[in-house]
Amino acid sequence: MEEILLSHGSGGKLTQNLIDEIFIKELDNEILRSKNDAAILDLEGERLAFTTDSFVINPIFFPGGNIGELAVCGTVNDLATSGAIPKYLSLSLIIEEGLPITELKQVIKSVSETAKKAGVKIVTGDTKVVAKGEADKLYINTTGVGSLSTKLNISADRAKPGDMILVNGNLGEHGIAVLSERKGLEFETIVKSDTAPLSGLVSDILEVTDQVKVLRDPTRGGLATTLNEIAEASQVGIKLQEDKLPISETVEAASQMLGLDPLYLANEGKLIVIVPEEEVEDVLEAMQKSEYGVKSAIIGQVTADEPGRVVLENNFGASRVLDMLTGEMLPRIC
Amino acid sequence: MCLAVPAEVIAIDGKHAVVDLNGNRTEVGIKLVPDVEVGEYLLIHAGYAINKIDAQEAKERIVLLEEFYAGLEEIS
Amino acid sequence: MQVLKKYRDPELIKPMLNEISELSQKLDEELKLMEVCGTHTMAISKYGLRSLLPKNIKLLSGPGCPVCVTSQQEIDEMIALSKMPEVIVTTFGDMIKVPGSNSSLEKEKSRGADIRIVYSPLAAVEIAKENPEKIVVFLAVGFETTIPVIAAALEEAIEEGIDNFKLFVAHKLIPPALEALLNDNEVKIDGLICPGHVSIMIGSKAYEEVVNRYDLPAIVAGFEPLDILDGVKGALKQKVEAQVEVEDKVKAKVENRYGRVVKDEGNQIAQDLIRRLYQVVDTAWRGIGIIPNSGLELRDEYAEYEIRNVIDLDVGDSNEPQGCSCGEILKGIKLPYDCQLFGDVCNPQHPVGPCMVSSEGSCAAYYKYDRR
Repeated sequence: MEEILLSHGSGGKLTQNLIDEIFIKELDNEILRSKNDAAILDLEGERLAFTTDSFVINPIFFPGGNIGELAVCGTVNDLATSGAIPKYLSLSLIIEEGLPITELKQVIKSVSETAKKAGVKIVTGDTKVVAKGEADKLYINTTGVGSLSTKLNISADRAKPGDMILVNGNLGEHGIAVLSERKGLEFETIVKSDTAPLSGLVSDILEVTDQVKVLRDPTRGGLATTLNEIAEASQVGIKLQEDKLPISETVEAASQMLGLDPLYLANEGKLIVIVPEEEVEDVLEAMQKSEYGVKSAIIGQVTADEPGRVVLENNFGASRVLDMLTGEMLPRIC
Repeated sequence: MCLAVPAEVIAIDGKHAVVDLNGNRTEVGIKLVPDVEVGEYLLIHAGYAINKIDAQEAKERIVLLEEFYAGLEEIS
Repeated sequence: MQVLKKYRDPELIKPMLNEISELSQKLDEELKLMEVCGTHTMAISKYGLRSLLPKNIKLLSGPGCPVCVTSQQEIDEMIALSKMPEVIVTTFGDMIKVPGSNSSLEKEKSRGADIRIVYSPLAAVEIAKENPEKIVVFLAVGFETTIPVIAAALEEAIEEGIDNFKLFVAHKLIPPALEALLNDNEVKIDGLICPGHVSIMIGSKAYEEVVNRYDLPAIVAGFEPLDILDGVKGALKQKVEAQVEVEDKVKAKVENRYGRVVKDEGNQIAQDLIRRLYQVVDTAWRGIGIIPNSGLELRDEYAEYEIRNVIDLDVGDSNEPQGCSCGEILKGIKLPYDCQLFGDVCNPQHPVGPCMVSSEGSCAAYYKYDRR
């Protein structure tokens, strides 16, 4: 008998299997099938982006953020990556009996501050409380809508050979910040979660070009998994330059210690941008001027060879395949 | 079979030491590597220091290779 | 330590590759080197080194992945252990997905077993301290690098009087395994890249016996790309030299090219600790069978800390999965591609054998980085 394992929720291959073999199979329609982070809805000529996300992070407070900030950013970013301007969010809480009210207040304060920063309003909500042990402190679901200009056509299946790939800064920081707090692994780190709303960065990019092909936020499964999804959806190859990837020495060292690959670590404030080659310099400049894009870099290019495959090239001429994340990332000693 | 990472000793407390790995800090056992001093580099495996890293040796090897390859270049 | 970055410097790696390429042209026949250590296998794949080496130098993966060589019987016993309500199983992340005959620790965890992943055995000792009403078992897998680390943690637990901390000892020793491999007529190896971190503990001298008996070069190497290439270069050089001097043939030797951490004699404290706690026994390696004097068990005075002396874990006979070539792959007789299950039937999502599970298992490394 097959059962749900934690790996099914890790954002990697097993998650994809669930989506394909259960959800899409039963619920199939043309919008769901496009498998973008946000659904694009056509309501009598008005285009809307619509998305939902649940947050079950442990611990609920981590270096550089908390579950409230994350819950706003996660949904805002899924809207922003469709090119939409995020407008309204719902906020649903499942609270475990015994959660200190002060912690709840702190989380909701972060929700409020982050919503302001992202330019969204929380307009509806729900609260449920469950008995001790039936949930882990606090789970949050946010659902959001945003308005979408009809000029834009941004989707994971639009990458073409020759297009350039950019990312807005250091990778793997959220993953390491959260791991550093996990029981059995505890270590101190100067790394802080990169949790950030990306709506401002996206609008700064869209100001210099309307030719953006793909925008994605590489959350669970990290950069490698998200690029694999894009390569698959667009049926193109992706070639990355290892020495161009922005990874801090601290994240690199923590990853080495735990036997993890930073390219598979989660991010919560990162944006992958794919644009035609002739637009790339303008886009890079716009990104670097934006609050959450100072360390933006061009990391690779879309290619025609080996459709569906992501390849990483190092600075002494060798390359390796970067696969999707399979299963949970576990610290290892071997 | 065994991942191990270099780390700098920050503080020592009996059988344990606090080490720094480029901005990450953790406590490790030093039972297997006696006479550890603050500022020295250790190789860490599964929460224990397994040896000191000989910085001099690490440098010498590189210098040797650099000189050798520079020499080769001159000849060709 | 800034100098360590130099070991990844393309300005040194490229000329070393050239040097290897030139030297390789002098080889009379193909040079087959075995990287004994799984972390080497992983690094070789990660840095793409296999594709950069000349065609007549082959790198074969050895038995140096502790997860991969743990016998099916032991895996089944660990799984049975995790189902016991009075037990908390603590383990390195490496073991969690290894398939037993019918289950895995990951599956048992999803069914409610209390299994906790730790980075260090010291964290497992902490868990024992926090849960005095439970028996906290640490799955003690690993070779000479890890053995003293776990032994040190056990000693700390004993000193603190934490008697609910137990081990499931499934350790393996590298030199007897090398001996067994080289004794196997099917195995054709011309040289060894010796495990750098095992060598810290046992010392580079530990390979002398094998080298003298089988007359093949053994190079102790580190794990950065430059270290690994330097190891290949060392073995290649010895081989080429041995070819030309026909009259007064040069004997193969052990070379330590990881001198920044490895000494000839190894770590005496670690060796003493192992001797104090353990005695050497025969043990079964997955896919290879029983290798004499290649395992450890706690000495009588420490026997109460072995969980199998406390709890009876009768799981019956275990069988290795059919069609799985883990054994031949561990011996370097087959490459992962040569296994009929590789890829379609056996992949990291649905591993059949442990070589696909452990991220340093040859099959996983080949699947992840070198897929054809």
